[in-house]
Amino acid sequence: MFARAAASAAVIVTLSAFDGAAAQTANQPPDTMAARVEACTPCHGNKGEGTSDVYFPRLAGKPAGYLYNQLLAFRSGRRKYPPMNYLLEFLPDPYLEAMAEYFASEHPPLPQPAPSEVSKDVLAQGEALATSGDAGRGIPACVSCHGPALTGMQPGIPGLLGLRAAYVSAQLGAWRYGTRTAKSPDCMQLVAGHLTEADVTAVAAWLATRPAPANPAPVPKGTYALPFGCGSQPN
Amino acid sequence: MGSKLSITLLALAALITAAQAQDKTQDKSSDVIARGEYLARAGDCTACHTAAEGRLFAGGRPMPTPFGTIYTSNITPDPETGIGKWSADDFYRTMHNGRFPDGGLIYPAMPFASYTKVTRADSDAIFAYLRSIQAVNQKNKPHELRFPYDNRQLILGWRTLYFREGEFRPDPAKSAEWNRGAYLVEGLGHCSMCHSPINALGGTSQSDAFKGGLIPMQNWYAPSLTNNREAGLGDWSIKDITDLLQTGVSARGVVYGPMAEVVHNSLQYLDDADTRAMAVYLKGIAEASSPPPASSALPNTESSLLISLGKTVYDKNCASCHGTQGEGKPPHWPPLANNQSIEMQSAVNPIRMVLNGGYPPGTKGNPMPYGMPPFAGLLSDNEVAAVVSYIRTAWGNRGTPVSAREANELRSAPLN
Repeated sequence: MFARAAASAAVIVTLSAFDGAAAQTANQPPDTMAARVEACTPCHGNKGEGTSDVYFPRLAGKPAGYLYNQLLAFRSGRRKYPPMNYLLEFLPDPYLEAMAEYFASEHPPLPQPAPSEVSKDVLAQGEALATSGDAGRGIPACVSCHGPALTGMQPGIPGLLGLRAAYVSAQLGAWRYGTRTAKSPDCMQLVAGHLTEADVTAVAAWLATRPAPANPAPVPKGTYALPFGCGSQPN
Repeated sequence: MGSKLSITLLALAALITAAQAQDKTQDKSSDVIARGEYLARAGDCTACHTAAEGRLFAGGRPMPTPFGTIYTSNITPDPETGIGKWSADDFYRTMHNGRFPDGGLIYPAMPFASYTKVTRADSDAIFAYLRSIQAVNQKNKPHELRFPYDNRQLILGWRTLYFREGEFRPDPAKSAEWNRGAYLVEGLGHCSMCHSPINALGGTSQSDAFKGGLIPMQNWYAPSLTNNREAGLGDWSIKDITDLLQTGVSARGVVYGPMAEVVHNSLQYLDDADTRAMAVYLKGIAEASSPPPASSALPNTESSLLISLGKTVYDKNCASCHGTQGEGKPPHWPPLANNQSIEMQSAVNPIRMVLNGGYPPGTKGNPMPYGMPPFAGLLSDNEVAAVVSYIRTAWGNRGTPVSAREANELRSAPLN
């Protein structure tokens, strides 16, 4: 008798626990990162591919370490963009890391390069700076750090493909004026400090014309040596 | 030989006893430090005394006020630039009476009007904890206050009007739990700093405590804690209140804006008993009677046009999370139907949530919160006004419509 009562009690408990779990799942948002980053997607695209707004960058496929550094910098206010600073202010490190990994692991196709609005001469100047640099003025080539195919390197160096000229130009401007900074030694600030406004326009325009390479993934850490130290890319 | 051995043993025993005694005092002092750390969390000292990317409690954080910018002070034990030379008496006097050890007056941006309620024992524990942290040599930055507010003597006038010195006195007619909650809410929690109307002199009168008000400079509305049509918790279950305070989300709504900071830095660290005590007290101070619904300033035809556009905007942008009937999927996707935050007379917060979106804070109880996107770049002023008007009046909600102008004005509200 007692055993039977206990058994049926156990069944009831099991059933109600099961019911509870099922009900909870039905009435809850999906337990996924995709649902958790819905606050990001109207500006950055559902898979981080970017949107029609030229100032909002693509996030998809960038190295997770780079994305995580940016999230930390926005959270602390080191990198200034009030809507981002505000959204991230009270989110813990492991969550930001998970967000970075989520967008790093998404691989929507790179967009078709848009026709450029600048002259051939300007594009040629941009190409020269990006691929060879200007040793006389202390400017290294973009490719010397961001990779021969401009796809970036794990864990901290971003690829430069799939970004619109307006975004790259705004970021280079921010590095030049010191409103965007990174961990010391702040390699990008050193480089951007040597650029003129015309250089910035040319490089940003040329980068935006690059087609997608066969393999758009960032190369593994240590694939090539950097020309100088960089706080965002530990050795 | 034998006696030598026993003497040695005796000496050893004495040593062990001494060592044990010392262990005990150390235990005791580490207990005090741990309690002090807990209380410093309850007081949310870090919100002001730690700057972004700065060292813990080294100060230097700019606090914009209507009177100019105040820079918070270094409260690490550094003897030159911090509070290393202070005694426990000095610290208690600062907390209790708002004066520096030399008698100088402290600006009431430091919530000493609340901290005055803190007991001597709790003040001593917080001081012991602050003595135990890493000293940081960092000079305090001078305040940048406009004339005439740069004259500290003016604080005397403010104190006469708004400051009542005195430790918390328990109400013997109430339970120990209610009194503990009152002590935390009125004292260390310094909730009245935001949840009371602030007048032009930067003060709050006692009779207006917890009646709600717009937070100066931040342009968020800190709702009344006594009015059930605002953030009064009279109709909430204790569990929903403790969920909100401890995890930042609950079946009734989530925290956002400046309250996200409070949960993130302070409330999530309070133990279950203290959280429950605060919930019991907060539920208790809500007034039973509900004031009549506010009347709309907008003409009827304009309102109905707005509300019908609002439904279109809502169904397209909001319903996928908040539900076609505003039911949400609580606690992560908050309900909008019967949500006091949406319905209250001030529409500042719902407009700002639509414009700025936001994440509830990441807490131990909710480490990966779900977020809402900012719609500032996606919706026009008219659409923002429309959708806010809709959610304030649909599904039995008793709020009033808002105008495109109100939405436009809040586009420039500061975000940090």
